[in-house]
Amino acid sequence: MSKNTCSRSKFKPLTRRNFLKGTAASAATLAIPVNTSDASVWQAFFQKHFQEMSKAEMAEVIKRLEKNYGEKYKTSFNIKTSTALPDTLFGYGLDLSRCIGCRRCVYACVRENNQSRDPQIHYISVLEFEKGHKWVSDLEEADKYYYPHEVPEDGHFYMPVQCQQCENPPCVKVCPTRATWKEPDGIVVVDYNWCIGCRYCMAACPYGARRFNWGEPQIAREEINPETHYLGNRPRYKGVVEKCTFCIQRVRGNPGRYPACVEICPVGARKFGNLLDPKSEIRYLIENKRVFRLKEDLNTAPKFYYFFAT
Amino acid sequence: MYPIKNFFIVLKQVTVGSKFYYAWLAFLGLLIFIGAASYGIQLQKGLIVSAMRDQVSWGFYISNFTFLVGLAAAAVLLVVPAYIYNFKPIKEIVLFGELLAVAAITMCIMFVVIDMGRIDRLWHVIPFVGKMNFPASLLAWDIIVLNGYLAINLLISFYALYQMAHNREYSLQIIKPLIILSIPWAVSIHTVTAFLFNGLSARPFWNASILAPRFLASAFCSGPAVMMLIFQIIRKVSKIEIDNKAIFKIAELVAYAMGINLFLLAAEFFKEFYSGSIHLAPMKYLYFGLHGHNALVPWMWTAMLFNITAFFLFLRPRTRENLLTLNIACVLIIIGVYIEKGMGLSIPGFVPGTLGEIYEYVPTFVEKAVTVGVWATGALIYTLLLKFAIPIYTGELRFYTRETEM
Repeated sequence: MSKNTCSRSKFKPLTRRNFLKGTAASAATLAIPVNTSDASVWQAFFQKHFQEMSKAEMAEVIKRLEKNYGEKYKTSFNIKTSTALPDTLFGYGLDLSRCIGCRRCVYACVRENNQSRDPQIHYISVLEFEKGHKWVSDLEEADKYYYPHEVPEDGHFYMPVQCQQCENPPCVKVCPTRATWKEPDGIVVVDYNWCIGCRYCMAACPYGARRFNWGEPQIAREEINPETHYLGNRPRYKGVVEKCTFCIQRVRGNPGRYPACVEICPVGARKFGNLLDPKSEIRYLIENKRVFRLKEDLNTAPKFYYFFAT
Repeated sequence: MYPIKNFFIVLKQVTVGSKFYYAWLAFLGLLIFIGAASYGIQLQKGLIVSAMRDQVSWGFYISNFTFLVGLAAAAVLLVVPAYIYNFKPIKEIVLFGELLAVAAITMCIMFVVIDMGRIDRLWHVIPFVGKMNFPASLLAWDIIVLNGYLAINLLISFYALYQMAHNREYSLQIIKPLIILSIPWAVSIHTVTAFLFNGLSARPFWNASILAPRFLASAFCSGPAVMMLIFQIIRKVSKIEIDNKAIFKIAELVAYAMGINLFLLAAEFFKEFYSGSIHLAPMKYLYFGLHGHNALVPWMWTAMLFNITAFFLFLRPRTRENLLTLNIACVLIIIGVYIEKGMGLSIPGFVPGTLGEIYEYVPTFVEKAVTVGVWATGALIYTLLLKFAIPIYTGELRFYTRETEM
């Protein structure tokens, strides 16, 4: 049915042998890391919440993570912990009159943000609609799994959906461990070392923006992006939730870089900028174009604006 | 010496039994082994061995959890008629309801824990040690009320048993406030669990105010039905006499509860189908199928048929006071509510998804095996508790005390 859902057929059938192996494994991979002399396992187990670490503790954690990732992917990693820039509130604009549904953004995002390739994780879902049919408030006729020879398909239009970085995010409210929160620059982030994988946030998100690592995330060594941020694209773990962060590792720089999806878009349908800066492009289009936000009725106040330039 | 001696009394009591008792334990042990082995596979490979995916991110585990919260709540709510109306036949058997609540809550906690992606980080939810998001997250509320409920029921039942085992009357001054507290607490565990779903505006099927009342109404059906079956087993295998009057009274209560439950379901049906807004989709998916997807349709109609049949069997004095038809009604209502408050509640929250996608969820073998393992663990806990509690209750088993020692 999908590229996005991992097919179960890839897994070995459950034989008696595998079954017994599983029994043995259950003893081996018990919750608490016993039988290990490696101190880093314990350090990881007792690692504090990101917002509660002191500078020294954070440096220690970053060192350990860089070492672990480096060993796993055989390349040197850089994990930034840069904080939000002052007077910044990031906003996104998507020009529906331009989008051609090519999904280049989907794959640029995967490469930039180190999403698992198997099982496949995408942050952006491009929805295809038939012209003249229902859309916006009733997505029942949206098709996420379109595979034409060429896009745009005649008589169709496209609406990419990703994390809307709500000002009033329902996902943050429901998290039982505060493993996800809204940063001062408006980006909703996840501490992958604090998330317990209960998936309550996924039930709460009205935009289907959150992704869970159902299996061990897999990325080929040569495809890894070693330039990362702790709250963004550093490699994730099995059993935790992740999501779009507006490419926090790129946008929190001075000068910053555009998110990968903005950069790749061949038709310039994607706009990005600081909502607090009156001279920014995003402010211009909010003030001068016809913009709307998805599911306004839920009062989530997204910072993701759909608009029509033409 | 007597505490050690008493420990061996307990140990002997739960380990020595009839052939049938051993066969039952072995059967549960086998199921628990299969469940544990399957859980081992899940730990090793991740939740990918389940059929859950980003589209339907909660499945069979959370469905079983929801049903069991109702069971745990209702088992104790039997104390309401017992104490308010001072109805003696029920009053004497409340203890077994409390022990059932202990087993059911343990299963609830197990189901939530096995559904977690990172069980190694369980400590993150512990207040003060971890970083519990209280009061914003309803899951934090649920952790508090479920554990509190477990503690209250353990306290009441073990205190009562301890006093009985020492041939002492239990003090009503100690136990009565706890019992009174356990009543609103039982309501709270089910209300909080309903609110856990209810509060999500992203999921219109759950985001309806009727959800919590329906949770309670259906819990009042399945919980007492389970109790009625257990009471009949207890009086068959032990010397405990449980008056038929008590069972028939409970059956009458179930009839009213199911009446209310069916009325609330009708109200839900009317609102969705008459107004016919887009929020009708999950309801349509449940009962008629959506765009050719209809995995739950036969189940939902089975539940409907079972619940209505059970309702009439419980309603008519002639059928509820006949043990055969009563037991049929109990089984029907347990299955009916299990479907309705299990998969029938959790899955339509996700189908269709927030972006309109329909993903048909059918639990995998591993999910089913782990679930069976959890149920078997609960059954084992309840069996051991009863094996110990029944002879104390009947006076056949007594502890050594300082006095007997001398």
